[in-house]
Amino acid sequence: MKEIKVLGTGCAKCTKSVEVITKIANELNIAVHITKVIDPEVIMAYSIMTTPAIIVDEINVHSGSIPHREAIIMWLKD
Amino acid sequence: MFQVFTDIASWLVVDILGLSRATKLGDALHFFIEDTTKIFFLLLVMIYVIALLRASMNLERVRDYLAGKHKGVGYLLAASFGAITPFCSCSSIPVFLGFTSAGIPVGITMSFLITSPLINEVAVLLLLSLLGWKFTVLYVVVGMSIGILAGVFLDAIKAERWLQSFAAKALVRGKKASSGVKVAHISALSLKERHNFAKDEMLEIFARVWKWVIVGVGLGAALHGFVPDGWIQEHLGAGQWWSVPSAVLLGIPLYSNATGVIPVMESLIKQGLPIGTTLAFCMSTVAASFPEFILLKQVMQWRLLAVLFLLLLSAFTLIGWIFNFLTPFI
Repeated sequence: MKEIKVLGTGCAKCTKSVEVITKIANELNIAVHITKVIDPEVIMAYSIMTTPAIIVDEINVHSGSIPHREAIIMWLKD
Repeated sequence: MFQVFTDIASWLVVDILGLSRATKLGDALHFFIEDTTKIFFLLLVMIYVIALLRASMNLERVRDYLAGKHKGVGYLLAASFGAITPFCSCSSIPVFLGFTSAGIPVGITMSFLITSPLINEVAVLLLLSLLGWKFTVLYVVVGMSIGILAGVFLDAIKAERWLQSFAAKALVRGKKASSGVKVAHISALSLKERHNFAKDEMLEIFARVWKWVIVGVGLGAALHGFVPDGWIQEHLGAGQWWSVPSAVLLGIPLYSNATGVIPVMESLIKQGLPIGTTLAFCMSTVAASFPEFILLKQVMQWRLLAVLFLLLLSAFTLIGWIFNFLTPFI
């Protein structure tokens, strides 16, 4: 199962990103485990500077905005 | 060039709605329509153009560039980058930590974070079109000076003592590690990539600020139409000493970004509020807001937050007084 983390200190865009990814995963019927990370210490450890940042299986694939649909599909299918 | 927006407003208000510009409502509505259409147009066009130009500029590069720079130039560079690199206020914490863990002193990081909300391309553009170039230069110089001086001051009092412990440790680690400057290698962007970036940027920034423009212009229009002519001039026009600190205090609970507050500035200045008082009010509204400070609590102890808050408030007050004093000589 894919392990997806959405990093962000509680902004609206982070919540939205979680929603979008969950929705697309459901549509595609792909099992994912999504967690929201708001602890600044953990975010620092990933050396992220813009949020929301998306970590898929411990790899930082995106940061700074709500990801596009095509990108999400690519991560999920990959 | 901007005449077309005046014509659109006149057409809507006078021809379609049948209101006279001599009435308060007609005048306020005219002001509202003229300014919103003009600002929306400018925003869309200019955000796109500017984003196209700065597509390869990002926070990682700024961080790598600032890491290892001598302190003397560090503050100035940080404030300059703050002015040209926009980021969402919800990213303040990761940016702060990203800089800190690269070993950049707290003062330099804060020069960046303070200047960023005060000055950005949208603010500069609006100021230029609504208040002219003299005022714009003044605003930019003042905003950058506040960022630089606040940074110097924070380092002088050794503000890093009052970071949360994990951030303080990251700073120490970062200082040891960053002996050489690492510049992230970024491949040149194709025109298409630039266009996509600029388009996303335009839509994103517009989606974020349009409501502030409506609120700001709405307030400006209300001031313009309904505050009796000369009232502000008569009661606050002489730049009474207490008017500046009051304006700063009034600005704190009013949380806005520069885009929303500039149309209000336009109205206030036209109504005769002295420049210093207006500047103080606007900077306080933009840069000293409670939600932002509460966020910073995650990386700073209360003591440092309080110092920072008081520092900004005194800086804005001082700026207000100085400009009110100087206005007759400019």
